[in-house]
Amino acid sequence: MPSASSLDVPAIAGRSLAAKMKPPSRFGDKAFEWLTMAMALAVVVLVFLVGWQLARGSSLAIRRFGFHFLTTSTWDPVAEHFGALPFIYGTVVSSLIALIIAVPLSIATAIYLTELAPLWIRHPIVSLIEMLAAIPSVILGLWGIFVMIPWLRDYPFPWLKKLFGWTPFFRGPIYGVSMLAGGIIIAIMILPIVTSVSREILRSVPNLQREAAYALGATRWEVTRIAVLSYARKGLFGAVILGLGRALGETMAVTMVIGNTPQIVASLFAPGYTLASVIANEFTEATTDLYLQALFEIGLVLFGITILANLIAQLLLKTMAVSMTTRAVQ
Amino acid sequence: MNPQKIASRLFFGLGFAAFAIGAQAQMTINGAGATFPYPIYSKWFDEYATVDPSVRFNYQSIGSGGGQKQILAQTVDFGASDGPMSDDNLAKAPGKLLHIPTVAGADVVAYNLAGNPALKLDSDTIAGIFLGQIKKWNDPKIVALNSGASLPDQEIVVVHRSDGSGTTYIWTDYLSKISPEWKQKVGTNTSVNWPTGLGGKGNEGVAGQIKQTPGAAGYVELIYAVQNKMSYADIKNAAGEFVKPSLESITAAMATAQIPEDFRFSITNAPGKSAYPISGATWLLVYERQKDAAKGKKLVEFLKWALTKGEDMAKELDYAPLAPQLRDRVLKRVDEIKI
Repeated sequence: MPSASSLDVPAIAGRSLAAKMKPPSRFGDKAFEWLTMAMALAVVVLVFLVGWQLARGSSLAIRRFGFHFLTTSTWDPVAEHFGALPFIYGTVVSSLIALIIAVPLSIATAIYLTELAPLWIRHPIVSLIEMLAAIPSVILGLWGIFVMIPWLRDYPFPWLKKLFGWTPFFRGPIYGVSMLAGGIIIAIMILPIVTSVSREILRSVPNLQREAAYALGATRWEVTRIAVLSYARKGLFGAVILGLGRALGETMAVTMVIGNTPQIVASLFAPGYTLASVIANEFTEATTDLYLQALFEIGLVLFGITILANLIAQLLLKTMAVSMTTRAVQ
Repeated sequence: MNPQKIASRLFFGLGFAAFAIGAQAQMTINGAGATFPYPIYSKWFDEYATVDPSVRFNYQSIGSGGGQKQILAQTVDFGASDGPMSDDNLAKAPGKLLHIPTVAGADVVAYNLAGNPALKLDSDTIAGIFLGQIKKWNDPKIVALNSGASLPDQEIVVVHRSDGSGTTYIWTDYLSKISPEWKQKVGTNTSVNWPTGLGGKGNEGVAGQIKQTPGAAGYVELIYAVQNKMSYADIKNAAGEFVKPSLESITAAMATAQIPEDFRFSITNAPGKSAYPISGATWLLVYERQKDAAKGKKLVEFLKWALTKGEDMAKELDYAPLAPQLRDRVLKRVDEIKI
C-alpha cells in the first residue's frame, strides 16, 4: 500500500519534472504478451494440424471400413482387410502393465530420495536414473532381445506360471517375447520420467507441512503419508499421466520384444502387437494406397487414444480435487 | 590451445570449405528405396566417385514402398525396390518405368536345435511348418527327409519378419508357388497375415529370436545367416535336388528362371538342377525417357558401369551377381533409355 507521504513526495519535488517525463512505454509488455500467446497458440494449431493431416491421410480407409476398423481383428495386407482392434488392445494392455510396474517403483524411489535417503546418496542415484532416460530405445530393445527375454523366459515366467497359472493371465506356452515383456520394457522406459517428475513434486511440498506433522507427534511414515503424499497427490497423478502418454507411444523397444502378432489373448505370455509398432513395422514397405491409408488411420487411432487418456485423466483429477475439498471440510 | 592445433584446425576448416565449393560444381543424382541392396549400392557410389568425379549419388534406403512412391512422384532420379512393382502402381507412373535388376540374394531357413544337426527340408515341410500344420521337430515328414539326424520331440517355434520387407516378399512368393493352400490363405506381399509364429523386427530381430529360442525356425537373408554363423537348411528345389544356399546357387536360379521382357521376374522355385529355390533379385527403377538430359546421360553411364564392373564387386559383399545372359539383356535395355 503506498502511503500518503510517498505520494506527496513527487508533488513537492517538482510537478514540472513529472509532466516532462513521458509515461513508460507499454510496448515491451504487450509484445511479450503477444509473443507468448503466439507460442501457446502454435501448440494448439500443431495438435489440430496433426489430427487433420492424419484424418486426411486416412480418408480412403475411413470411408472403406468405417467403424469396423475399430472392431475387427483381421490385418491382411494381401487381401486388404484392415482392422485395428488387436493393436488397440495391445497398446492399452502393454501400457497398463507398464504403469502397474513403473508407478509404485517410481514413486517409492522419489519418496526415498526426497524424504529418507542420506544426502550423499541422493545425487548419484538421481543422475543414474537420468542416465537410464538417455539410453536410446533401440539399444534397450536389443538388450531386451538378447538379455532380458532369455532371462524372463528361464526364471520369472515359469515361476509366475507355477504360482498364477490358475488365472487366465499366465497360461500357455512361454516364448519369452510376449505382451508382458513388452510391458516390462515400457516400464523401464517410463521409469526415469515418472521418477524425476515425482521427485520434483515431492520436493516442492513446503517443509512447514512436514514440521507441522512432526509437531503433532507423527512418525516418519505418517509424515510422508499425511503431510507429503496427500499434499502432492495431484502432482503425482500428473506424473503418472505423463508416463502413460509416453507408454502409449513407445515404439522401437516394444516392437523388438512384444512378438508382433495381432491377436487378443488373455494370457500375458502370448505375443501381442501395438499401434505404434505396426506403423513402425509396415510403413516403409506399404506400396498400395489403401494399405498406406490404413496405417495412417492406425496413427489417427493412436492420436485419439492419447487424447482420450488425457481427457479421462483431467476428469479424474477434477473428481479427486472435489473429494479432497469435501474431506477437508469434514 | 597451442598454435599448431589452431593452424591444423584452420587448415581443416579451409579444406572443408574448398570441398564444399568443389561439391557445388558437381551434379547430384538422387535415389531412394530398397534396404536390402544398400551396402552394395553405397559401395558402387563410392567407387564410382573415382571413375567419374563430376557426379555424386545420394541414396536413401527408406524401403521399397518409399522408393516406388518417390519415383512415381518424380521426387528422385531413380527408385529402388526389392520386389517388382504391381500393375496398379506402374499404371500411375507419368512415363514408362523400367525395371533394372542389379543383384540377387536368398532367404534361408535358419533354426535353433540342440547339437546343430544339418537339416534338409522340402516345399511340403516348409509350407507345413509355416502354415502351423507341422508342429513338432520329430514330425514324420521332417524325419523322413533327415534319416541320419536325431530330431527332438520339441515344439517348432516359427519366427517371421514383422516389418514389411523384400525378404518377406521372396519368402511368401516362394510359398505361394509351392503351396496352393498358402496362396489362397495368405498370398504374396512384403508383409502378410501370418497363420502362425512370432514376429521379429528386421533380420536382426528374427535372428535374435531364433538364437534365443530353443526349437525356433525362421527365415533370414543368406548374408545375415552367414555373418552370424547360424545353421540353415538345404532345400529341395523344383528339380528334386537338395541345394545349399550360396551365391552360385542363387545365380543358377537366375540363369534358369523364366525372365519376361519387362524384367519383372521372380526366380523363386526356378527349374535348374543347382538352383536355390528361395532366391530373389532387387531392382532399380528408372524412367525410359529422362527429363534432364545431362542427368540422364550420367545415370545411363553409371548403370552400364554398375552392370559390368560393379557386378564383379557383388561377391565380395555376399550378393549374387546377375547371370551373364541376363546381364547382357539388361545392358541392352539400359541402352534404350532415351535422353
